[in-house]
Amino acid sequence: MSLNRVRGVFAAHTILRSLLIVALAGLALWIISLQISAYNDLQLATGAYYFAALAGLTVLAGLSGQISLGHGALMAIGAYTVALLIGNEGWAVIPALVASAVVTGLVGIPVGAAASRLRGPYLAGATLAFAVGLPALADKFPKTFGGENGLSINPSVPPASLGANFPLERWEAWIACAGALVVLFVLYNVIHSGIGRSLRAVRDDEIAASLSGLHVGRIQTGAFTLSAACAGLGGGLLTVVLQLAQPGAFPLQLSLALLTGVVLGGLGSLTGAVWGAALLTLLPNWTNDLANSFSLSNQVSHNMPLAIYGIVLIVAMLAWPSGIQGGVIAIGNWLRGMWSRRAGRHPQQRGLDVA
Amino acid sequence: MGWNLRREALVTKFIDLTLNGISSGAIYAAVALALVLIWRATRIVNFAQGAMLMITTFIASAVINSSGSYIVGFIVALLSGLVFGAIVERVLIRPVENAPPLNPVILTLGLYTLLVAIAGMIWGNTPRSFPAAFSLRGYTVGGTTLLFTPNDTFIVLIVIAVAAGLALFFRATTLGLQMRASAFAPEVAKLLGVRVGRMFTLGWALASLVGSLAGVLVAPSTFLGPNSFDPILISGFVAAVLGGLDSPPGAVIGGLILGLALSYVSGYEGSALVPLAALVILFLVLMIRPSGLFSTTRERRV
Repeated sequence: MSLNRVRGVFAAHTILRSLLIVALAGLALWIISLQISAYNDLQLATGAYYFAALAGLTVLAGLSGQISLGHGALMAIGAYTVALLIGNEGWAVIPALVASAVVTGLVGIPVGAAASRLRGPYLAGATLAFAVGLPALADKFPKTFGGENGLSINPSVPPASLGANFPLERWEAWIACAGALVVLFVLYNVIHSGIGRSLRAVRDDEIAASLSGLHVGRIQTGAFTLSAACAGLGGGLLTVVLQLAQPGAFPLQLSLALLTGVVLGGLGSLTGAVWGAALLTLLPNWTNDLANSFSLSNQVSHNMPLAIYGIVLIVAMLAWPSGIQGGVIAIGNWLRGMWSRRAGRHPQQRGLDVA
Repeated sequence: MGWNLRREALVTKFIDLTLNGISSGAIYAAVALALVLIWRATRIVNFAQGAMLMITTFIASAVINSSGSYIVGFIVALLSGLVFGAIVERVLIRPVENAPPLNPVILTLGLYTLLVAIAGMIWGNTPRSFPAAFSLRGYTVGGTTLLFTPNDTFIVLIVIAVAAGLALFFRATTLGLQMRASAFAPEVAKLLGVRVGRMFTLGWALASLVGSLAGVLVAPSTFLGPNSFDPILISGFVAAVLGGLDSPPGAVIGGLILGLALSYVSGYEGSALVPLAALVILFLVLMIRPSGLFSTTRERRV
């Protein structure tokens, strides 16, 4: 009985549930980061900053039905914010990261306000133009943004209390994972709140939503702003991990890779964003290994990840539009159905979200 | 005297920028036409257009190099564009034609990504030069050499010819009428015996042909690499939106307006600002007149 009551409390209180999830994920990441090599810690950090951007993008696409091809450029804004604040102004890492989310969120407001008036292909085209156009600013103001070479910052050293031999990569992985967990906490609560329900209502039927008294434009602008802030934090974390912000790190391909990540994971699914982050982090290594073992030329191996992104996008749209997470859920449902039929029970009904 | 010289220089610069704007506007118009033809036929914006015309231009480059003849390469580019467009529609687009609007957008972006990667694998990522049809030395008028070249004349004339040919095709031929009917009311067209699917394929093929023309025309000035035509795709999209995305004449006028605007920005403010200027123009149009400068009706798909 008491187990059921605990369950009931967690089902009723989203904040508690999200804190539990974040705590468990944090614990798992902490243990993993201690076990793996410095190189793999760097990979973990990479996956964490991709997750921040992907989670923001998937919530935007899955919940409010808006597509953005500009998230690579939004990451660039966050990255340059951190590079300027840490490199020029001498800020500490955490306030600089907060600033990267805030600044990118602020940039997201006008972009989102414009985006909320656009639909489907118009929105895709406008954000595509944003992704292609924005890096030109780095060329236009080379003194501020360092031109093609970008801006580099000093690595943030781990505190002395962790010991003199504490690897820098592990410390960076901790920072990046902490950022990713903050994103997870915020977005989980947004999805399961009234805001999330409003977003889904707007996505499914704008006219019905506005007849029910929802401000469609304001809600979509808000979703874009939140999504932009997540992408900005992802970019800020990227700068902290790589100690560098340069225009070459944010080509149009980055936006397309992010899109691949959310499509592969399944639009709107935070778990899907984990799958996407894993793909974006691991794929370049796999293709490199593959190219090496088949002794393919550099020219081929460099373009291999891009080719796979393209194939994933095409195949997903033709065959499997719900992504990996959708597939996992479908298989899970099927297994559950098999099990309950064999046990002679009806499939358990899932609790309604009425809290 | 000095004042007169300065004024003359200013006037020459203005004429240079205007003529260049018309020539690059013609290329934007061609890309915009390609996008508009596909949008009219299937209500899809083909984000892979830039990559498709990149592939056909690479094919042209290979043919020109091996045969030594520009005209053969030119014709091969157009023909391969025609076939390429038809294949893409038939194999990739047909299954998502009735899907939610996000699906074809993602699909064409996937095609863009794949084509860029394939081009990089085959031809490498370093841009290479591409020959022009005619001389790239500017005309000399009364002692001053203009930036406008015989090749620019060729660009403007051939785009005008293609646009006029398309207009004639849509207005004066039965096939053109069938295509317009399929785009306007697919169900009714089907009932009247029009092979609507075939009309869609033809629309994509024609669009891809016009796109491949733009690729061959622009490659001498942008060079030829897997990512060389990204800005052209954006400009073509902006030009198409300027013209309303639904009207071929609008696309041509939109292309010319955009070409002039970007040429002035590039000449007076520096070329780094050109992509940003295109972005600003796009946002202004979408905010003020989302249905384009020349449309009379407003539409929104629900």
